[in-house]
Amino acid sequence: MKSLSKLIVPVIAVIFGLLFGAVFMVIIGKDPILAYQVLWNSSFGSMRGFFTTLVNTTPLIFTGLAVAFAFRTGLFNIGGDGQFLVAYTATAWIGFIIQLPWFIHIPLALLAGILAGGVWGGFAGYLKAKLGVHEVITSIMMNYISLYLTSFLIGGPLMKPGPIPATPRIFASARLWRIPGSRLNLGFLLALLAALLIYYLLWKTTIGYEVRAVGLNPKGAENGGINIARNMVLAMFISGALAGLAGSVQVMGLQHRAYQPFGLIGLGFTGIAVALLGKNHPAGIILAAFLFGILSRGANEMQSMAGVPKDLIEIIQAIIIFFMAAEYVFTLILRKKKKKKGVVANVE
Amino acid sequence: MQKKEMLAVEMINISKEFPGVLANDSVNFSLAQGEIHALLGENGAGKTTLMKCLYGLYHPDAGEIYIKGKRFNVTSPNIAIENGIGMVHQHFMLIPPFTVAENIVLGREPRKNGMLDQNKAILEVEELSHKYGLNVEPRAKVQDITVSMQQRVEILKTLYRGADILILDEPTAVLTPQEVKELINIMKNLTSQGKSIIFITHKLKEVKAISDRVTVIRRGKVIDTVETAGATEAGLAKMMVGREVVLQVEKGQAAPGEIILEVESLKAKDERGLPALTGTSFQVRRGEILGIAGVDGNGQSELAETLIGLKRPTGGKIVFNGQDIANFSTREIIEAGVSFIPEDRQKRGLVLDFTLYENLIMGQHYRPPYASGININYRRVKKEVQRLIKEFDVRTPGEDILARALSGGNQQKVILAREFDREHDLLVAVQPTSGVDVGAIEFIHNRIIEQRDNGKAVVLISLELDEILSLSDRIAVIYEGEIVAIMDSEEANEDKLGLLMAGAGNRKEMGGGVE
Repeated sequence: MKSLSKLIVPVIAVIFGLLFGAVFMVIIGKDPILAYQVLWNSSFGSMRGFFTTLVNTTPLIFTGLAVAFAFRTGLFNIGGDGQFLVAYTATAWIGFIIQLPWFIHIPLALLAGILAGGVWGGFAGYLKAKLGVHEVITSIMMNYISLYLTSFLIGGPLMKPGPIPATPRIFASARLWRIPGSRLNLGFLLALLAALLIYYLLWKTTIGYEVRAVGLNPKGAENGGINIARNMVLAMFISGALAGLAGSVQVMGLQHRAYQPFGLIGLGFTGIAVALLGKNHPAGIILAAFLFGILSRGANEMQSMAGVPKDLIEIIQAIIIFFMAAEYVFTLILRKKKKKKGVVANVE
Repeated sequence: MQKKEMLAVEMINISKEFPGVLANDSVNFSLAQGEIHALLGENGAGKTTLMKCLYGLYHPDAGEIYIKGKRFNVTSPNIAIENGIGMVHQHFMLIPPFTVAENIVLGREPRKNGMLDQNKAILEVEELSHKYGLNVEPRAKVQDITVSMQQRVEILKTLYRGADILILDEPTAVLTPQEVKELINIMKNLTSQGKSIIFITHKLKEVKAISDRVTVIRRGKVIDTVETAGATEAGLAKMMVGREVVLQVEKGQAAPGEIILEVESLKAKDERGLPALTGTSFQVRRGEILGIAGVDGNGQSELAETLIGLKRPTGGKIVFNGQDIANFSTREIIEAGVSFIPEDRQKRGLVLDFTLYENLIMGQHYRPPYASGININYRRVKKEVQRLIKEFDVRTPGEDILARALSGGNQQKVILAREFDREHDLLVAVQPTSGVDVGAIEFIHNRIIEQRDNGKAVVLISLELDEILSLSDRIAVIYEGEIVAIMDSEEANEDKLGLLMAGAGNRKEMGGGVE
């Protein structure tokens, strides 16, 4: 019952998002029913479509977890894109620089991503803890440092000579196993595993206990002997590492090399939306990432088959986020309704 | 209708609801012309809410308000002020850089050529202050005067606006015992000149000392209105709490052992970076309670925070069990064996959005039996916690509800349970009973004495002199960041402590002050 009521707001938000999307379609003279049919079929009409949706879902689980974990500590990690890119590059480098048995190579390449993303995020946490610089500012700035640094590395020292600005392909020993004939790879399982691990970390360990205490009431945590600064750095490290894993998996499962970035790809930002919709809970994040995966999978087909511009998907996403952000209004309305029923708590 | 004309204020069936809380439930209240009427109740009982309805700061959901027999819809403080109601809030509403006179005339300034007529303002204020015997220095800036004078300024402000019905919200909370006596004289003087006063308080003693009648509120409802002369403190306490309460703390003789804590010329700064502790020294032994008395803001918070490692001292030593812990982290100090009841239980003492079991392991959460490695054994935690909840009589439906949902007294019991259960030799308790109901006060006091009897050293920092006097074995007085006197509690009394708390008679107040 308790966990069910938590679902109300996200479900309403999604329904409203789709309804508003339909209204927009009607306004521009398109058929919303056809469009949503196409959207549905793109993910659930075929095995291949479904797999592609899962491929789209994978990085969003990671970046959604990244945002959520920081958020549980009371920090806002906006630097997911930057952390993604440094990890993406580091993993590609480990992947092509040396050939190793897969059972060493794969963990090593993942570790490279974890460390790169973790350090990138942890540094913003360090600046916050030691100097009080707000993590939103630093993590945004570090997005750009990361973008130009990795762009330089991939287009320069790490580039494979040729027409495409990208690193050499990684060795097969560093590639994640794929379902034959599809792009769906072990990365998806890793994402689910990460969600499980984060759940465990948050609610079964001292690390999660301290991180959540700091997030809910830093003064109370301090009074209990918890070191706030240390936990901020740690939380941002873990957050960065999660965003970094999205980058590692992108290389190891999907692209098998790192392409020079020309801008921030936005997975980190979408992660914010995923975390918000998933209410910062690992299970919610998996569902939210899946929904966003469906939307991004169907966008192109909606455009080609129903004539609905694919930007509309972004409008729907924006509306969902809008309603999630307006959650407070919902709870207020719900509370007022309850009050009318005459539920009165005790004084004080 | 005849009757209403004789009453200064009559409030009938006032109800006011906040989300989830019915703060006033069909409350009836009346104030006779020229009386001092105490409004008595525990924190959160709804006293201030009722008065804010009268003053126009809140709008009651239901009910009628009559002022001097006429019905009013008090929709803003302006209406209340126009009809002769003045309110002195618990937290003063003065402008510190302005002079006393400027603060008093604010909003009704005497003007000359469109400008404030300073001389006339000062003259008027002096006249008013003589008339009612409220001693103030009109030219002094509010930031330079004492709290008790600020309070007089607040009262004068309402009188200047023509108030003849005064609401004083917990006016004695910030005063020394001598200042309280002075305030009582002022209040009596005011009523002899035809003013009527509503006096909000939760202190029984003051009700007895000042008021003509008393209305007791409990959980938003009026329990009764009685003549003070015919009421006893115990009877009022029972009405306030809803059951029999033992007001007197019973404790045996202390058996002090060896010195556990030795604080040597400790120095620390406050949040603004100004010196708050200027060389504090004292010792505490096993098996004794050292009470630290003082007026709020004389370094008590800083002393507590340095003792538990939340604040770094800028000088001096804290020798605990033979080692200097002045630069230890909070965790190291907890591990060394210090337990702590903080002043602000909601901000410092608890994580309100944590469950009870999460709160109850705070500080021990990383150690056995609760944790092994990084894993917390929540099954074990819950089992231990159920024991603590029972032992400390925490009234809760279960261990997995949020701390936020408990009442103040029960929240404090959660902290007590946590701090008393862990290994410790020293307990530092700051304001352990502030804002908790009388029943819980009794419980907490007894538990603190039990600590002493079990051979713990206790440092009790409190603004409530009664608490200090009834619990302590020795009493230290803190004034401007220094311990100015230490005495056995047998030698102490309210007057003696009051003088010391005010700076031992050589206070730097301009005008007014102690007689």
